[in-house]
Amino acid sequence: MANVTPSQTVGPYLHIGLEWKDAHIVAGDSIPGRIRIEGQVADFKGQATPDCMVEIWQANAAGRYDHPADRRDDKKLTPGFKGFGRCSTDAQGMFRFVTVKPGAVPGPGNALQAPHIALGIFGRGLLKRLYSRLYFPDEPLNDADPVLNLVDPARRGTLIARKVAGGDLPTYRLDIRLQGGAETVFFEA
Amino acid sequence: MRGDIYPRGALGDDPPILHPGYKSTLERAPSRPPVPIPQTLSELTGPIFGHDRCRPEDTDLTRQHAGAPQGERIIVAGKLLDEAGRPVAGQLVEMWQCNAAGRYRHPVDQHDAPLDPNFTGVGRAVTDAEGNWRFTTVKPGAYPWRNHPNAWRPAHLHFSLFGPSFMSRLVTQMFFPGDPLLALDPIFHGVPEHARDRLVAAFDLDVTQPEWALGYRWDIVLRGAKETPKGI
Ligand SMILES: [Fe+3]
Repeated sequence: MANVTPSQTVGPYLHIGLEWKDAHIVAGDSIPGRIRIEGQVADFKGQATPDCMVEIWQANAAGRYDHPADRRDDKKLTPGFKGFGRCSTDAQGMFRFVTVKPGAVPGPGNALQAPHIALGIFGRGLLKRLYSRLYFPDEPLNDADPVLNLVDPARRGTLIARKVAGGDLPTYRLDIRLQGGAETVFFEA
Repeated sequence: MRGDIYPRGALGDDPPILHPGYKSTLERAPSRPPVPIPQTLSELTGPIFGHDRCRPEDTDLTRQHAGAPQGERIIVAGKLLDEAGRPVAGQLVEMWQCNAAGRYRHPVDQHDAPLDPNFTGVGRAVTDAEGNWRFTTVKPGAYPWRNHPNAWRPAHLHFSLFGPSFMSRLVTQMFFPGDPLLALDPIFHGVPEHARDRLVAAFDLDVTQPEWALGYRWDIVLRGAKETPKGI
């Protein structure tokens, strides 16, 4: 056994070490059904945080993760789609990804989980990553989702993106409030 | 939780999200405790990056420009393991740092210390079959950060690791042994006392290269499955 190394903040200069070219393009233009995911990260006063970074992890449209622990070979992987994205927030605290809507994936006891995207939030002032999820609006599986159902109903809305009109791609927006106001629900797993 | 594949004990070795000595946590730490959830396929999978993200020169930060950077050349090496002690092979290790004068090549860093035209401060490595990684660089300087009067960060390297799943993701910092600023650093002191020394590298004569550079050893341990998962 070995002792796990504790977390430390990414600090304000995360960009020099962690920015990759096109890391926010999770699905390239050869992949059908692309959508945009966007949102603003804000602090206790609701002010934009320009020095945070959001990472996403998700299954493909068929609900398959590109990872050896997902052995459901009946669900096909999508060539060129890994399911991971990274985007640092801009001066307005905004992050933006181009991806696809994930399919439903199994949860505890093989009950289906509603389509969702895992979120990791890093930033100055965060001594460890915050872990959350993005769910989709008007999704019939949301009502029975085993993780959403662990959340106080009054706060569930902080996890459900809203459809935004206009734009070149269907766009969903989920703002992340780190503290105060409609504070985002964060998870521990 | 019942059915956990990754033990949760290690979560208690991380800093609390609110640590008032580190002022920015007051404005950004969530006020409500995180909601515990089961470890589903979404938590037990994660991105895998390796050799496609790393070129050979990425492990030597002293050779990324026409000339050598100013400062004390050092070698930093270690293993990437999971908490069961298994090597994490073929994994991307991202590292970034300030230069020997304590200045980052970043527009927000306005510390009155010189930039070094021969130093970017960004390294990437991929672990070998035994989990080994290694960087050649220069020792980063201490720098002031205005958290409190006369606040200085101890010399440190920033590290970012993925590991076997989205739950093993880790961003952390490595410190140097014997640094007097460690006793005064609220970020380092965010870590519970029993786990703090895990962030401090050891001077190692075996990593030290004669007539060339001092060597430091630092092993990084990620959360991991209790046993190798057999299909989920
Ligand atoms: Fe730093």
